[in-house]
Amino acid sequence: MKNLFSIIKLTAVTLILFAVIYPLAIYGIAQLAPNQGKGETISVNGKVVGYQKIGQKFDKSNYFWGRPSAVDYNAAGSAGSNKGPSNPDYLALVQKRIDTLLLVHPYLKKSDIPSDMVTASGSGLDPNISPQGALIQVKRIAKERKLDEAKVKSLVESKINTAVVGPETVNVLELNVALDQLR
Amino acid sequence: MNTELLGVIGIFILTIVLAIPLGKYIAKVFLGDKTLLDPIFNPIEKFIFKISGINPAEEMNWKQHLKALLSINLVWFFLCFFVLLFQGSLPLNPDNNPSMTPDLAFNTAISFLVNCNLQHYSGESGVSYLSQIVLMFLQFVSAGIGMAAAAMIFTAMKERTTEKLGNFYDYFIKSCTRILLPLSAIVAVALVFSGTPMTFEGKDAITTLQGDHVEVSRGPAAAFIAIKHIGTNGGGFFGANSAHPLENPTYFTNQVELWAQMIIPFAMIFALGFYLNKRKLSNIIFGVMTVGFLLLVVPTVMSEINGNPAIEKMGIAQATGAMEGKEVRFGPAISGFWSIATTVISTGSVNSMHDSSMPMSGTMQLLSMMVNAFYGGCGVGILNYYIFIILAVFISGLMVGRTPEFLGKKIEAREVKIAAFIAILHPLLILAGTALASYFAAHDTAMGYWFNGNATGWLNNPGNHGFSEMLYEYTSSAANNGSGFEGLGDNNPFWNITTGIVLLLSRFIPIIGPLAIAGLLAGKKYIPESAGTLKTDTSIFGIMTFAVIAIIAALSFFPALALGPLAEYFGM
Repeated sequence: MKNLFSIIKLTAVTLILFAVIYPLAIYGIAQLAPNQGKGETISVNGKVVGYQKIGQKFDKSNYFWGRPSAVDYNAAGSAGSNKGPSNPDYLALVQKRIDTLLLVHPYLKKSDIPSDMVTASGSGLDPNISPQGALIQVKRIAKERKLDEAKVKSLVESKINTAVVGPETVNVLELNVALDQLR
Repeated sequence: MNTELLGVIGIFILTIVLAIPLGKYIAKVFLGDKTLLDPIFNPIEKFIFKISGINPAEEMNWKQHLKALLSINLVWFFLCFFVLLFQGSLPLNPDNNPSMTPDLAFNTAISFLVNCNLQHYSGESGVSYLSQIVLMFLQFVSAGIGMAAAAMIFTAMKERTTEKLGNFYDYFIKSCTRILLPLSAIVAVALVFSGTPMTFEGKDAITTLQGDHVEVSRGPAAAFIAIKHIGTNGGGFFGANSAHPLENPTYFTNQVELWAQMIIPFAMIFALGFYLNKRKLSNIIFGVMTVGFLLLVVPTVMSEINGNPAIEKMGIAQATGAMEGKEVRFGPAISGFWSIATTVISTGSVNSMHDSSMPMSGTMQLLSMMVNAFYGGCGVGILNYYIFIILAVFISGLMVGRTPEFLGKKIEAREVKIAAFIAILHPLLILAGTALASYFAAHDTAMGYWFNGNATGWLNNPGNHGFSEMLYEYTSSAANNGSGFEGLGDNNPFWNITTGIVLLLSRFIPIIGPLAIAGLLAGKKYIPESAGTLKTDTSIFGIMTFAVIAIIAALSFFPALALGPLAEYFGM
């Protein structure tokens, strides 16, 4: 019995250390971080249009599109599709996405389409696409917005993030915000 | 592509290099030697023990260690269970998430208690911030329990005859304060400055650029994610775990989180060498584990880079590999590597969805957890390997006609019986569980009670892959891993209760077994090494241990793998 009482007291004291002091200390440090640890946002004309790290749905034809999402970019409920690689329903869905892309971008060859544009991400909230995924959309965007194709292409190229290690990415929201400002 | 492989190799080597000094530090902490952090932690620990009325200098035998370990776990279970059960009415719940059902609260409390973090809920909608913090508490202390158990075994391996094996509470508290806490703080700070939130504000409602209304979940995530990896727990703050862009925002944080989950399991092996002053023994163990790890990593990374053959046939470009369930910022190479690191090490956090991995990768992920002896979880990894050492000593002793001895202690019938029991328990729990679930999935009407009138509604994929989903769930539970083929509909009484039981058995029995063996051996007469001793710190003995591990895993699991991912592989 004395032992049990000791254990309960030990639990209480460690709770204070690990569940109160530790998170509060990190919370304190977070006040120095970008946007005080509430998540970095992107604003246009002083209005928040999204979180920099969180992908959002773009399905209008005058914007660059992101990847397919298993949760339709619901940022309050992340998930992947969890479809297995040999699942016939899944493969039919991928085929449908390829067909849709070809239909909307009649100038494309199949082999131009990168796999990230026809597969759902792990989180359903992937903010990025591959550079190739953005480049294949340039012609469509230029036509929709009546912009010079070379100008749109150089905008995409300026938005490619390269790093010393790791894949090249394009943040779709940042690209579209810049696109809106392109004249 | 080349820089992606560079990222994989770089982080692996960096972790090994840093694990050596950390191992030395851990050995010092358990030996009670002076360290740089003494001035900070001596007064804190003194205060903790004074309040609790515990004398950390009081030495315990192995049974007292076990009693303390089990009773403190029982207290934590009830604490967590009731918080989850009533979270809806408790404070710190800005998103107004509901209370858990009893079966889900049972499963969740156990799964965090046993360092597994199998999650049958999604963080955004399934738990309050208070619950997240209590779960985070369990992530600290469950890792501390594993390390305290390992510390007792280290003490028992010393060359002497004794019943006294140090103080459990002392090992436990020191593991938490001197090892887990500082490392977690470093990782949390790195995450916060890379964009992971650490706020107590609830969901944010915004209008997107093209005019949709969305809510964005946030929370005190950075502190949680740090200990989730440092303590090899793996439970995600958000539903998508470390694939979520706030939980793992950049390639850099991905490397930090990979490092964080590998560092203590690596360092514990080196710590054993420093603790016993037997560097060669720990190097051999580390070598065997590394060979096993690489044999699992290489096919996985290769098959993810090569992409899905079924999509290849559709004629599109797979320059970026298999991308279903993966994030563009990580790419296939590091995602494949992570999937093996997390299954070998029993973290169970994911940065890609394993359910969508290539069949060869799925095989390797399952095999990592089935073997369950390379590196392993925080502290308990070395316990699992210890069992195989005992078996290897016994078998090779018989082969060469010498008395089986390990570190100067005779291995006798009792120890071998315990070790054999532990080695068999793991496949038994996995295969029996999967068989039971497969039966119900195949006879779905009888299971109507369990899941919306349709048991096969469990499965997200048809055929062999559906079988793999069930096999994976029990394998992950029995290895205390916590990752999943998440397509499985597992939040229902059948899965919550059966996996909860598997979790309990597969956590505590594999702790009790090695502790008992080590305790029994420590009490035996010490026999100094002679010409007749079977040497256990040679590469021949390393190969022998590897063979024992491989043979047990192959014999137990090959049929199940053949029905699941292997059949899918050959069918594609």
